[in-house]
Amino acid sequence: MTSTSIKRRTFLKGSLASSVLGVAIGAGVLTPRMVLAAWPKSAFDAKNVNDTLNALYSTTNTSKSSDIKIKAPDIAENGAVVPITVTTGIKDVESISVLVEKNPQPLTALFTMGSNTEGFVSTRVKMGKTSKLIVNIKAGGKVHTASKEVKVTIGGCGG
Amino acid sequence: MSLSRREFLQMLAIATAGGANLGSLSIAQASNNIYNVPTFGNVSLLHYTDCHAQLKPIYFREPNINLGIGAMLGRPPHLVGNNLINHFNIAKESPLSYAFTYLDFVEAAKRYGKVGGFAHLSTLVKQLRAQRPGALLLDGGDTWQGSATSLWTNAQDMVDAQKLLGVDVMTGHWEFTFGADRVQEIIEKDFKDKIDFVAQNVVDKEWGEAIFKPYVIKEINNTPVAIVGQAFPYTPVANPKFKIPDWSFGIREEHMQEVVNKARSDGAKVVIVLSHNGMDVDIKMASRVTGIDAILGGHTHDAVPAPLEIKNKSGKTLVINSGSNGKFLSVLDLDVKNGKIRDYRFKLLPIFSDLIKPDAEMADYIEKVRAPFKEKLEAKLAITDDLLYRRGNFNGTFDQLILDAMMQVKDAEIAFSPGFRWGVSVLPGEAITFEQVMTQTAITYPTSTLNEIKGDRIKDILEDIADNLFNLDPYYQQGGDMVRVGGLQYSINPTAKMGKRITDMQLNGKALSANKKYRVAGWASVERQPEGGKPIWDVVTEYLKQHKHVKISELNVPRIKGVLRNPGFEFN
Repeated sequence: MTSTSIKRRTFLKGSLASSVLGVAIGAGVLTPRMVLAAWPKSAFDAKNVNDTLNALYSTTNTSKSSDIKIKAPDIAENGAVVPITVTTGIKDVESISVLVEKNPQPLTALFTMGSNTEGFVSTRVKMGKTSKLIVNIKAGGKVHTASKEVKVTIGGCGG
Repeated sequence: MSLSRREFLQMLAIATAGGANLGSLSIAQASNNIYNVPTFGNVSLLHYTDCHAQLKPIYFREPNINLGIGAMLGRPPHLVGNNLINHFNIAKESPLSYAFTYLDFVEAAKRYGKVGGFAHLSTLVKQLRAQRPGALLLDGGDTWQGSATSLWTNAQDMVDAQKLLGVDVMTGHWEFTFGADRVQEIIEKDFKDKIDFVAQNVVDKEWGEAIFKPYVIKEINNTPVAIVGQAFPYTPVANPKFKIPDWSFGIREEHMQEVVNKARSDGAKVVIVLSHNGMDVDIKMASRVTGIDAILGGHTHDAVPAPLEIKNKSGKTLVINSGSNGKFLSVLDLDVKNGKIRDYRFKLLPIFSDLIKPDAEMADYIEKVRAPFKEKLEAKLAITDDLLYRRGNFNGTFDQLILDAMMQVKDAEIAFSPGFRWGVSVLPGEAITFEQVMTQTAITYPTSTLNEIKGDRIKDILEDIADNLFNLDPYYQQGGDMVRVGGLQYSINPTAKMGKRITDMQLNGKALSANKKYRVAGWASVERQPEGGKPIWDVVTEYLKQHKHVKISELNVPRIKGVLRNPGFEFN
């Protein structure tokens, strides 16, 4: 794992609301290295979705949830920076992971949530090509999941 | 043979009688004039869209291939020719058949003449407004782009024409290709206190703040009516994003719902969305967002004679698409009482230029705008032996001409030309003017290109574009037609999945090799091109001057699979 690929992906842990941490990193107050103590290397190195799930949760058993909302463009304006927002009403969220199914290393972001944190994260992901965006939420000993297709196109030729 | 005005009116009377389902005209009224649309209700909206800067009357052939796949199969707008006129009870060989279809196009064009033109549109708008006090005129966008004069005047000719026509509200798409600064300048200076530019789905990339007013509320006969704007959601994908580097678009369905709710809580009794989504996207949106009374749409250039009534959780929404190139004006009359729409009437009126007396003020204006460029515009480059047109899912004859020109002038094996839906038709025997070439090519990023591209990459490009057209989910479509291809032959199965649609790629009878590089000519790249490249219109002009006569011996349409009995497909 090189330092560049760590910077491109997100691993956030803390009792602060994750969005606050995000701002801190963006502003350079906190470098990614500072939160790397518990960087789950095997999960970020995994080459497919199942291996990632196994590394994160020791299972590939996830249950589909309608209580996870993924806000992301249907067609990305720029595959290099795709803005996404995840909101959930699920209680006692322990962590939120974001996977891009077709990326060489699917795990793109992992947010470990402090207690009483609102189920909300917002980040930007890099997508090499059209792919499913998978969000997993660990809560109450279960892994809840939802997905959304984001298209990355060559562009041109509209109307 | 061309008809006298009197004969034309008689044909219309017969045709409209045959097409009794088309609208509210009785036989007696039809014998009068199709433009005497009986008034109805108390809230009226006039809508035109995608005129593509055509100030003068033109010919425009509608498609014979406009495939609907999945849920879109056989549903308007995916009906062509006989399927369309049968569905909407339009008489064969009638003026309405000429307006709405490709059927017997050359014959019909000679009989019924040109369509559109801002001076003719202006007369009709004035007449309808006189009968409908308070009626609003809505412009769906793609107004500033599509002609030589709009390109050379940096859209000023169209901006002034819109003001003269009395446009009240507009939204946009190709407008953005003039660049963010120019768009802002026009809105702040020219449109100030005159025309509202609305779009709920364009935000600042950094902060997510709205760039334009999401909606405006206008009083029509004491009824507050909200007009919500929906700009083309994929402008930064389909057109160069460097023209609008700080703006983000998208469908933004949730925000649309919030905006509709907000407009209602601000007191709007009627909510209209002025949309540049494209019709399939509008239909999906109408089924999911509640509280919209009607979507007046454009982008996909579908001339659909009657609204679709789309059900959703709280009621129904009318979805309308008003054609393109200045051919049509929509008239939507609503009967609103106690905040509820009780009933409506709708007409998509074709603008038959021979039937309408041009408005003198607008006609003068157009002549004045054209005067400095007249000689250049009217230069005759060659004679065409065949009908030239573009619209349709695959190569039209005008595209074929552009492709042939690119392959010859750029010495390429393969040529790509974008699947734009604008561009006028030229009748056989007519001279092709520089102005007509510009209706096919006038964009702000016109550089022609020549690249070496590997076979597997060529397949990726075709697959990518095919998915923009045939994805089963309209929200993933971009509303253009398939890229036009010269030299290369292929098969396409629109019903297959992404990556599996394109097969049998061949060049001169030999299978395309995945690893071999081919010389591919193109234009309209969305990436920034080096300065000084030859614009596409120069390539086409050079070719035409050399050949003097144009004959399209072969139209390079792919073999199309999986569309047997698709009512969006007819052989020409």
